Amino acid sequence: MADPAPTRIREPEIDAETAADGTRTVRLGGAWDIRALEVRARALGGELARFAARDAWDLSGVQRLDHVGALLLWRAWARKRPDLIRMAPAHELFFENLAHADGEARSAPRRSLLDPLAALGSRAIGVWGHLVRIVRLAGQVVLDGAWVIANPSRGPWRELSATIYRAGAQALPITALVGFLIGIVLSYLSAEQLRTFGAGIYVINIVGIGIIRELGPVLAAILVAGRSGSAITAQLGVMRVTEELDALRVMGIPAGIRLILPKVVGLAIAVPLLVVWTSAIALIGAMLAARLELDISFALFLQTLPVAVPTANLWLALVKGAVFGALIALTACHYGLRIRPNTESLGAGTTQSVVTAITIVLIVDSLFAVAFSHIGLELRG
Amino acid sequence: MAPPRPARDPGTPASAAIRPPRTPERPVIAVKELWTEFATHVVHCGISLEIDAGEIVALVGGSGSGKTTLLRQMVGLERPSRGSVEVFGINLREAPPAVRAKIRKRWGVLFQEGALYSALPVYDNLALPLRELRAFDEDFIRDLVLLKLDMVDIERRHADRMPSELSGGMVKRVALARALVLEPELLFLDEPTAGLDPDRSESFVRLLASLRERLELTVVMVTHDLDTLVSLADRVAVLFMGELITLGTVPEVVRVDHPFIRSFFGGDRGRRALNALGAATVAGN
Repeated sequence: MADPAPTRIREPEIDAETAADGTRTVRLGGAWDIRALEVRARALGGELARFAARDAWDLSGVQRLDHVGALLLWRAWARKRPDLIRMAPAHELFFENLAHADGEARSAPRRSLLDPLAALGSRAIGVWGHLVRIVRLAGQVVLDGAWVIANPSRGPWRELSATIYRAGAQALPITALVGFLIGIVLSYLSAEQLRTFGAGIYVINIVGIGIIRELGPVLAAILVAGRSGSAITAQLGVMRVTEELDALRVMGIPAGIRLILPKVVGLAIAVPLLVVWTSAIALIGAMLAARLELDISFALFLQTLPVAVPTANLWLALVKGAVFGALIALTACHYGLRIRPNTESLGAGTTQSVVTAITIVLIVDSLFAVAFSHIGLELRG
Repeated sequence: MAPPRPARDPGTPASAAIRPPRTPERPVIAVKELWTEFATHVVHCGISLEIDAGEIVALVGGSGSGKTTLLRQMVGLERPSRGSVEVFGINLREAPPAVRAKIRKRWGVLFQEGALYSALPVYDNLALPLRELRAFDEDFIRDLVLLKLDMVDIERRHADRMPSELSGGMVKRVALARALVLEPELLFLDEPTAGLDPDRSESFVRLLASLRERLELTVVMVTHDLDTLVSLADRVAVLFMGELITLGTVPEVVRVDHPFIRSFFGGDRGRRALNALGAATVAGN
């Protein structure tokens, strides 16, 4: 049923005979098409290699021929038509097509010893290009922001609210889960160490400072980079590929104000709020672990916390959150605007966007740590 | 560039000149009492048609009349609600996977937007199905790919380009080359000339005509383009409101008295195309 006509169509056949005067005649029969050759192209190619274009060829017994079969013969003939050949007129066209295709010049890609050096150089130029474009994008966002302040009635408020909802409100469950777990882990680890020194109560200082000052902002930022950064890159990338960005531009709707500004501002608002939320939940986790491990009551924990952690840390965390949010959005938009119209570029761009955003967040966080080392860390207790 | 390839005079409908088909199954495609129902509307109500080996059949109909859906059902991408589609005498929906895989190697599909693999350059778009067969050396595949590209007049220097760097007409030609790369007996074309300028669309028609003439292809195409239809199609199937109004040669179809056919063939464009064919005058005009 599957095979069209097993009874009538024969497998490819090769038959050779040598006449008294030494000329060889090669007779072919059966089907020489892709369906028959699929399973035995290599074997037949080897068999055909015994013959050459100077032999006489008789293809009149060939039942079916297509370009695959013709190419197999063509290669056996060293890419030229034998002088002595008989075949059905209908089969001529395959060889005509092959001869025509050969007429086009063959070119091989040229390689050079300098290629690795050139690749390195082009990478360096690429990194520089990224930096320049991100700075330019940031400048554009500032200008757009100024314009919106001057024309508040035409601001992208709806888009802004959508961004805050998607990047902020919808991220609440996952940041809560991660924060809670990290709080528990950190509290347990510190409790174990501190108990050996009989300094169990200082767990509140460690988790308080650690979570509010460092872990809360960084955790929230990393989660937002993964969730919203990738989404922003993919969205802008697809809009670029489908020419939606161009459509906006020709309608006179500035893409910067409608798409990029609300993302940057939206994340700069949403991430600090998420930081507060993540830190709060992480502290609850820490509190729970401290109670289980060190018998520190909730009341004692909550009384000691404000003393152990100066309020400056909270402000620092909020500022960090805003900066991280804006940087994540800028990075995501930057990569989104550089997506090329193919599926691979979309995937690669999204990955790069997230990796770069997280790296930037950590670099900036360490800059914050150095720059603000004298603020909010005075020991009280 | 132009090779000595005598294309069939686009005005003549195909006839006895066609050699006997490679495949003994008749008909190549049989659609039987096919119904397609979506939650809110019915797309096909009881369509039956048969397409014979070696003929070019055009599916026409207004927007939303289910032409593309029917095409997708023929290649097994969508499932009809009721009725059956048989290709090469086999109902794809019921056939075991091995048989289905075999059938799929015997047809080529040209999607409306080309559906070239955007992450692969032109060359690999064509080489991919050949490599998948695991039957040929890379060298052999290279020859085959370059041959197919040459057949659709894509120059060799374009083989390394990415699909996004091609013009619309080139995308269609590369997609056609990819559809032809496994030497199909049956070709499905979804709007082969849509979005091409008249010149390009004419050369596309010439290309298809010459391929068909020489490769013993059976072709099913969805088209809005009257010139393509008149110059290529042996028979035309007209879909309207979910039903097959008529299936016949162009002169037969234009004689059918139906509002859709009158408006489809009756406009200035239609008259021009039909005059070129030298066919019957349009009924009611």
